[in-house]
Amino acid sequence: MRDIAVIGIGMMKWGELWEKSIRDLAVEASLNCLADAGIDRVDTISIGCMSGGIFNGQEHLASMIPDYLGMKNTPAMRVESACASGGLAVRTAFLEIASGMSDYALAVGVEKMTDVSGGEATDGLATAADQDYEAFNGINFPGLYALMAKAHMHRYGTTREQMADVAVKNHRNGNLNPLAQFPGLMTREQVMNSVMVADPLRLMDCSPITDGAAAVLLTTVEEAKRLKKHPLVVISGIGLASDTIQLCQRKDILKCPAIELAGQKALKMAGKTIRDINFAEIHDCFTISEIMIMEELGIVERGQGGPATSAGHTALDGKFPINTSGGLKSKGHPVGATGVAQIYEVVTQLRGTAGKRQLKNAKVGMTQNMGGSGGSCVIHILEAKS
Amino acid sequence: MKVAKHWRETPERYRLEAGKCKKCGHINFPGRLICPECGTKEFETIRLSGKGKLETFTIIQTAPPGFADLAPYAVGIVELEEGVKILAQITDCNPNDLKIGDTLVTKFRRINEEGKTGMIMYGYKFVPDFGL
Repeated sequence: MRDIAVIGIGMMKWGELWEKSIRDLAVEASLNCLADAGIDRVDTISIGCMSGGIFNGQEHLASMIPDYLGMKNTPAMRVESACASGGLAVRTAFLEIASGMSDYALAVGVEKMTDVSGGEATDGLATAADQDYEAFNGINFPGLYALMAKAHMHRYGTTREQMADVAVKNHRNGNLNPLAQFPGLMTREQVMNSVMVADPLRLMDCSPITDGAAAVLLTTVEEAKRLKKHPLVVISGIGLASDTIQLCQRKDILKCPAIELAGQKALKMAGKTIRDINFAEIHDCFTISEIMIMEELGIVERGQGGPATSAGHTALDGKFPINTSGGLKSKGHPVGATGVAQIYEVVTQLRGTAGKRQLKNAKVGMTQNMGGSGGSCVIHILEAKS
Repeated sequence: MKVAKHWRETPERYRLEAGKCKKCGHINFPGRLICPECGTKEFETIRLSGKGKLETFTIIQTAPPGFADLAPYAVGIVELEEGVKILAQITDCNPNDLKIGDTLVTKFRRINEEGKTGMIMYGYKFVPDFGL
């Protein structure tokens, strides 16, 4: 297998982008990425998108995106694993190059969610749950994560304050990210007094509905060294795993084997342990998700995600910074784009170009992107190589 | 959606039919073609008791389309006596009185109405175990 480097990254400011269509978003992020890399042709394009069909009435992105990118006839595919579609697109590009099938592979993640109402978007997202046995009974994603939050509070004593602190911290980071959808600062009280969505989760525990796209360009380490446009960033580990689609079919609803397994695979491939990772972008679709994921990855012991957050261990100046970009909570969550944008942030940190949110010793970073209530998970480990 | 989309789930939703693995005894609800525990493809159809303990629950305030009139309502995961866990609404009680560990039983109830066709869908909801 060939060694892989990230030589280009592209994004735009995320938000409610009324004037931009799904094709505009995917093409703009891709063009920004190609410009960043100084490359104008690729061998293959993988597109991560949860559902152009539900959100825009538009499928067949494997034709539309290369077409509008000025690259018609380029081999392209759209991959889907709900909110993990973006991470899956990056993995797909990785495999193209690692296998020798392609030399330059573009991965673009996109979701244009405001062509439908907020309610319709939430209903569309609920298709990532079991339609016949979860959604049928009147539950959606805030509800499913609320079930986990309630159980976590009951078993480990996690508090409302600790969950609110995840949102406060991520908005503090997003405040320093010019591309974030909601860069405004937030207090613990504002989170805890926001509208109740599904007890104990309130509106400000939830990631928003977002329009956005992100793209990354991969090639071999050899080729990246020849180009020398940016400091070298390699993808040294990848892990992908799946699990039951129904939350209630997990033996323990507070354990998410897909995260644990994907993490173990990625770490083994990179020859590292979680202690070797300096920082991570993780899938904080809800505040409780960030707490549970850091526990599942072994960043902290089980039950310690809340206390570690409130103690500041995951802040920019903490022992293990998490979601320096602002995470899904503040940066936004255009579902198919999220996994690619996580790579964008880690590469930005590893290049040392993150501006006011730049970490001092960013050498090894991790991204964790997941679908549904943990039914799928993609993890990448990236390293700065001097 | 066509009627068949829901009609085909009738054994599970109306009668709580589950597939018990003939080799390892693992109970699957809904039934499956292959046992996730041992890989066996032979099952005995059994009916679940519908009685169990509340593992976790939430009170939905912002409801999905088709459920707005019910809000606020409780949804929980219950571990049945047979060891199977199922998710359903919890009704016939004040949701604020619910506690993890409560004993609940399933009842046959109207779940929802399909907007376009007016099709009424039935299934199970949990209620407190009044010992009736």
